[in-house]
Amino acid sequence: MIRRVIGAIILLFIVSAVVFAIFFLVPRIGGASVDDLASRYVGKSAGAEQIHQTAIRLGFTDPIWVQYGRFVKGIVAGADYNYGAGIEHCPAPCLGYSFLTQNPVLPDLLDRLPVTISLASGAAFLWLLGGVATGVLSALRRGSVLDRTTMGIALAGVSLPIFFTGLLSLSIFSYGLGWTAPGGANPMDASTPWDWAYRLLLPWITLAFLYAAAYARLTRAGMLETMNEDYIRTARAKGLRERDVVVKHGLRAALTPILTIFGLDLGLLLGGAILTETTFSLPGIGQYAVQAVTNNDLPKVLGVTLLGAAFIIVANLVVDLLYAVVDPRVRAS
Amino acid sequence: MTSTVDRARFDSLSPVEGLGGLGRPPADAFLSVRDLQVHFPTDDGLVRSVDGLSFDVARGRTLGIVGESGSGKSVTSMSVMGLHKPGTVRMSGSILLDGQELVGADSDTVRALRGKRMAMIFQDPLSAMHPFYTVGHQIVEAYRVHHNVSRAVAYKHAIDMLGRVGIPQPRSRVDDYPHQFSGGMRQRAMIAMALSCDPELLIADEPTTALDVTVQAQILDLIRDLQAEFSSAVILITHDLGVVAELADDILVMYAGRAVEYSAAEQIFERPQQPYTWGLLASMPRMDRARTERLRPIPGTPPSLITVPSGCPFHPRCAYADLTEGLSRTQRPPFREVLADHHIACHLTSAQRRDIWDNEIRETL
Amino acid sequence: MSTATGPGRAGAVAEGSDALLSVTGLTKHFPIRRGLLQRQVGAVQAVDGLTFDLARGETLSLVGESGCGKTTTGRLLTRLLEPSAGSIRFEGRDITHLSTGRMRPLRRDVQMIFQDPYGSLNPRHTVGTIVGAPFRLQSVKTDKGIKRTVQDLLELVGLSPEHYNRYPHEFSGGQRQRIGIARALALSPKLIVADEPVSALDVSIQAQVINLLEDLQEEFGLTYVVIAHDLSVVRHMSDRVAVMYLGNLVELAGRDALYAQPMHPYTTALMSAVPLPDTRRRGARERIRLQGDVPSPINPPPACRFSTRCWKAQEVCRTVAPELVELRPGHRVACHFPENVDVPTPAATPEAVDS
Repeated sequence: MIRRVIGAIILLFIVSAVVFAIFFLVPRIGGASVDDLASRYVGKSAGAEQIHQTAIRLGFTDPIWVQYGRFVKGIVAGADYNYGAGIEHCPAPCLGYSFLTQNPVLPDLLDRLPVTISLASGAAFLWLLGGVATGVLSALRRGSVLDRTTMGIALAGVSLPIFFTGLLSLSIFSYGLGWTAPGGANPMDASTPWDWAYRLLLPWITLAFLYAAAYARLTRAGMLETMNEDYIRTARAKGLRERDVVVKHGLRAALTPILTIFGLDLGLLLGGAILTETTFSLPGIGQYAVQAVTNNDLPKVLGVTLLGAAFIIVANLVVDLLYAVVDPRVRAS
Repeated sequence: MTSTVDRARFDSLSPVEGLGGLGRPPADAFLSVRDLQVHFPTDDGLVRSVDGLSFDVARGRTLGIVGESGSGKSVTSMSVMGLHKPGTVRMSGSILLDGQELVGADSDTVRALRGKRMAMIFQDPLSAMHPFYTVGHQIVEAYRVHHNVSRAVAYKHAIDMLGRVGIPQPRSRVDDYPHQFSGGMRQRAMIAMALSCDPELLIADEPTTALDVTVQAQILDLIRDLQAEFSSAVILITHDLGVVAELADDILVMYAGRAVEYSAAEQIFERPQQPYTWGLLASMPRMDRARTERLRPIPGTPPSLITVPSGCPFHPRCAYADLTEGLSRTQRPPFREVLADHHIACHLTSAQRRDIWDNEIRETL
Repeated sequence: MSTATGPGRAGAVAEGSDALLSVTGLTKHFPIRRGLLQRQVGAVQAVDGLTFDLARGETLSLVGESGCGKTTTGRLLTRLLEPSAGSIRFEGRDITHLSTGRMRPLRRDVQMIFQDPYGSLNPRHTVGTIVGAPFRLQSVKTDKGIKRTVQDLLELVGLSPEHYNRYPHEFSGGQRQRIGIARALALSPKLIVADEPVSALDVSIQAQVINLLEDLQEEFGLTYVVIAHDLSVVRHMSDRVAVMYLGNLVELAGRDALYAQPMHPYTTALMSAVPLPDTRRRGARERIRLQGDVPSPINPPPACRFSTRCWKAQEVCRTVAPELVELRPGHRVACHFPENVDVPTPAATPEAVDS
């Protein structure tokens, strides 16, 4: 248990080092000079001297481990930055300042987090409910019309990209029928919970559809397997009602592996649902990531990547611990 | 519940084939199976897992069903318990549980009997118990399905049952999970669960096959003692002739989904009448005898249940099939009484059987 | 009539220089690691100090209940596992710690047959590929070419040469075990370690495979180590029997001596627990019922490991580990209070037994 937590922390550091290396070291290995790097963060008209000054100011001229050390120190202890407008203190955990807007990265990320959390948790609720329910029904009526239809839809759901289903549903339900909110409506600006849900409804459904399809297939496969287990036969031999056999004995066992995948999926989404946020113009983490990459704003990219990695590692940890709660055999060992 | 046998149903069946050669159920039979057919349609063809099986079990008696894999012994027990998946199976014939017909009965009726009046224990207690629930929870569940009592009452009952099957410190073990039990303890817990509603019929399907021999001896003792205590009818399904010899009052030998020999245990071991039974007994290595010569295996392999051989299904492997003037190849031998309470399915005449027994079989066993 | 012949028959004891295989103090402990630094906190003492010899042409059976270490022993003998201590000599050569490369030629001489004939056969390979694999792995040239040789092997084990191109799933359990036997025989081994070779098979098929193994032994002068839990099968197949309990050898004797007069209380209990297919003796047999289950090999009881379940156990059993001593010619037993000892030995103390 303690080993897991320590392992997770070490993993985070390794991830940060690797990410840092990818963004700061690889371009240099690729032959770019420090001035080439810095040239992106000054105006087009800037001269060579100005570019070089920028490079020094951004710390590009220091050896790479000094740069990384500064970055880690910022996370652990906070950092002071001077981008010309005077010294600014960035308290720990400091993910640095945007090279372009010179805003600190972390507050920007935290600003956007509620949107992503709203999107991910709502969609997760929907897909877990829908996916597991259809999966169970399909498994119990294996080979029936219901099974084949839902599995066909599920296959489509897994295969169709979000920007297709998203744009299609936007054009039909928002712009055509006017039932749902148009794209770009920030749910955090909503005045009532009802309004919040109204603005998120279409993104939820679109995102959940994709995942529900995958979960329906997983649940179906899991249920088909567990319903053939000996303990299911025992449950029936006791005279339990079929509903109890399915839910208490079959589903209970089939859900356990799904829990793992669910945790990881949720962790991944919290780091930014890039396609969904982009398609529906939601100002979440994913959209921030897209902007950061488009502008090549390294601290932003670094920050958003690290945040995503942190979510996944934490989700992994939580899943491991939850597993021990769910499966007594894991608890023992 | 008094016997409400549907007499008309029996009278409509032809006396020989219809009743599988056994006649009407005796008055003391708690379970009576007559001409049971259990077939599974598959893509490869119809699997005739059980094909015309008849037997009786009375309260306080133990019937041992013996056979090799694919003989239909486990399918029979699943049929009695009504545990086949609906839609995958075709069942006909008659299964009377204390006079109540189970073949064709609606699933809720059979479900209400399961666990209450008939219960079952399985081969591998580790896979037969749910890994996520405590042993106590699983016994409580079994009890509460059929008894409208509080959780606390059922929990006390679970502890009581665990104590009765010989689990030390039942009060603390009741909250353990199955994986925390040893193999033998797990099978005891399984038995406690099966007996929690005091069933009148207990079906034990290879109850000791997964256990070590010293633990097997403990479990067989336990089943024997509990039967004396609960005076239930027991069906013991096994491939191990030693196990049935220890426990069974009557023995039914199955081959290719059919009964080939059915009699009291002593008769089966001391005066077996059917070539397949002879073959089984002769092919077994014996721990209690210094045997110097080779074993006498039955040649060939058991048939596929999709393409069962014509006539007597054992005839391709039978050393004596040639003595029946082709009857074994063409006609299914009727299941008939050849000695008092001793039924076999074989075309050999009693003179032939006596001759073979005296000259060929007796000294080899 | 194979049982009556062969060098090791009639319960003769194989000791001394002519041993094909000679095992001394063989031990295997599987470490258990826990905690942050994965420190070793204990060990599963699967096999602990086995000593025995194996004569050419004999069949030695290892019997015992689950957890007694018989399967581990088989894997140590074939060097599928590395022993923790002790030595294994094969034809006088120490093979205890031979590297995989140096073991290679030896793999021809020592082969293994497994319990589950299906699990040990690759389902994607034809029977020809499976049985012919040893030739290719060891790059052995055969006179008639691999295919003919394999077909001969198939015939030898009672299959048809036409089965060459079939796949394992097309065969019944008994036939699959024959395929496993053909594969083991391919390189004309001297020793075959058979781990529960017939326990997955139906009674009538079991007898076929037992007879086949006996015929092959007679024809090729094979030496067998049979690992089995079924005392009936063991009585039929063995020349000598080694009874194991929790990683220890508790009794080693010729078959007839062991079954007629078992000396270790555990052997007696084991035999008494086997249900006999004989209704006449129901209730007439002396029944010894061991209580509880076999203890864990992680923390085996001190001194005599059987003392926790033994009805004869005294204080000395819990303090002094009994040595495996020869109480009768060829009959060795590790017990302070052995059964069936005609001579009233002053065996109350271990020193007296040792002398």
